[in-house]
Amino acid sequence: MADEITLTVNGAPISVRPGTTVAAAMVMAGLICRKSTIGEPRGPLCGMGICFECRAVVNGKAHCRSCQILCEPGMDVRTDD
Amino acid sequence: MTSSNQAFNVLVIGGGPAGMAAAARAAESGAQVGIVNDNLALGGQIWRGGEHDEHVAEAIPWRERLQRAGVSMLCGMRVFHQPQAGVLLAEGNEEVSELRYQRLILATGARERFLPFPGWTLPNVMGAGGLQAMVKSGLLVRGKRVVVAGSGPLLMAVAAYLREQGAEIPLVCEQASWGRLAAFAATLSGFPAKIRQALTLRKKLPEVRFAANSWPVAALGDGKLESVTISRGGRLETVACDYLACGFHLVPNVELPLLLGCAMDGEFVQVDDFQRTTMPGVFCAGEPTGIGGVESALVEGQISGLAACGKEPEARELFGQRRKARRFARLLEKTFRLRPELRSLPQLETLVCRCEDVTYTRLRQHTSWRSAKLHTRCGMGPCQGRVCGPAVQFLLNWKPESVRPPVFPVRVESLAGIAETG
Repeated sequence: MADEITLTVNGAPISVRPGTTVAAAMVMAGLICRKSTIGEPRGPLCGMGICFECRAVVNGKAHCRSCQILCEPGMDVRTDD
Repeated sequence: MTSSNQAFNVLVIGGGPAGMAAAARAAESGAQVGIVNDNLALGGQIWRGGEHDEHVAEAIPWRERLQRAGVSMLCGMRVFHQPQAGVLLAEGNEEVSELRYQRLILATGARERFLPFPGWTLPNVMGAGGLQAMVKSGLLVRGKRVVVAGSGPLLMAVAAYLREQGAEIPLVCEQASWGRLAAFAATLSGFPAKIRQALTLRKKLPEVRFAANSWPVAALGDGKLESVTISRGGRLETVACDYLACGFHLVPNVELPLLLGCAMDGEFVQVDDFQRTTMPGVFCAGEPTGIGGVESALVEGQISGLAACGKEPEARELFGQRRKARRFARLLEKTFRLRPELRSLPQLETLVCRCEDVTYTRLRQHTSWRSAKLHTRCGMGPCQGRVCGPAVQFLLNWKPESVRPPVFPVRVESLAGIAETG
């Protein structure tokens, strides 16, 4: 679809509809957002910016709440580990 | 990092129905009003998403009123500190704002209550409202199997929404008993709008299995959720699924009211007839004063907005509506109160604090929040106890600790700002 946004998640390009959050994009790509202190895989829990489980590295910035950030063309997203 | 400085007659914290109604009424009364919202768009959780959604359509007139009345909308901003009375600091993605106010209305809403059970930290186990919010934020669930579980009226609403989005819902599990649910349904006749909601939901979900007396006991999967084991009327049943949407009703967001020194009434913020808290010039409306849903939020928001502008007679006209809304809130509380069996959900090795990876067995070596925090760091990670706090209160009956700034994790640059402003 022409109006899709393409970004890279852990180096791989993915396309999403406009208005998609980074957290939603990561879940759809089957990726985890972060690793916990003991190394467990984690993904979003609350979906509304409270739990901080969806922290990811967005454009080089660590610990971003990915459920509160919209995907943008060319964005570079990485698992926070 | 940039900073800005703004002043308002009335500052509203929270952009859900209560905050929007408060801001609209205050601005229409001639006040200069600002509304601070953590999320990217106004509407809170209930009015999140596209405007083709019938529930979200309810938000449109309120949005229009805010625009017409010239309310300043500060979205994507989180309040984290009050350096002095009448001043709040809020952090956005790129800046810190100093917000000055004469009157403050706290409409901070509610969040889901999560209870720990084995496997609840697996990816794709989310809140019920949590998964709905994710789907409204672009997550596609067409053809996915979703078990909806926990407690509260939100479960059916979420199940209906997910069905509309093409998900398959093998089971909806409610921890409350059939007896309580039947009593709830019988009293709904006093609330016409609620009855209509219940009927539309049933029409949308004729083929979905709904089980009372049921709750998840374990989420299973290798690195990601694959199935969930449900205790259903005392029998165990394992259901394969892609997502588990699980939340145990709601708890109020009272961190900011507590930080400002507002007195509490149990777990809720204490308010008088005009929604005034015990702190001068500070009002509170919506879920932090009692979990009552959107009707309650709208009427309390309006009362607070009018009262904050000295329009007590107009506010008084809404008292009848609020009485009805509060009756509904009490009914919700009674119907969806957590059953004691849920206290045995976590096993010894189940993580309770997800931020610091603290197990239930480590927590139980302590007798208070303070001791557990000092020795295990439970509740001291980025969520600052927002997830594990209500769980621990239910599991171990520990009272929450006092709240200290910053009420949200902030960037170091923003903390440096605290030092500068005192």
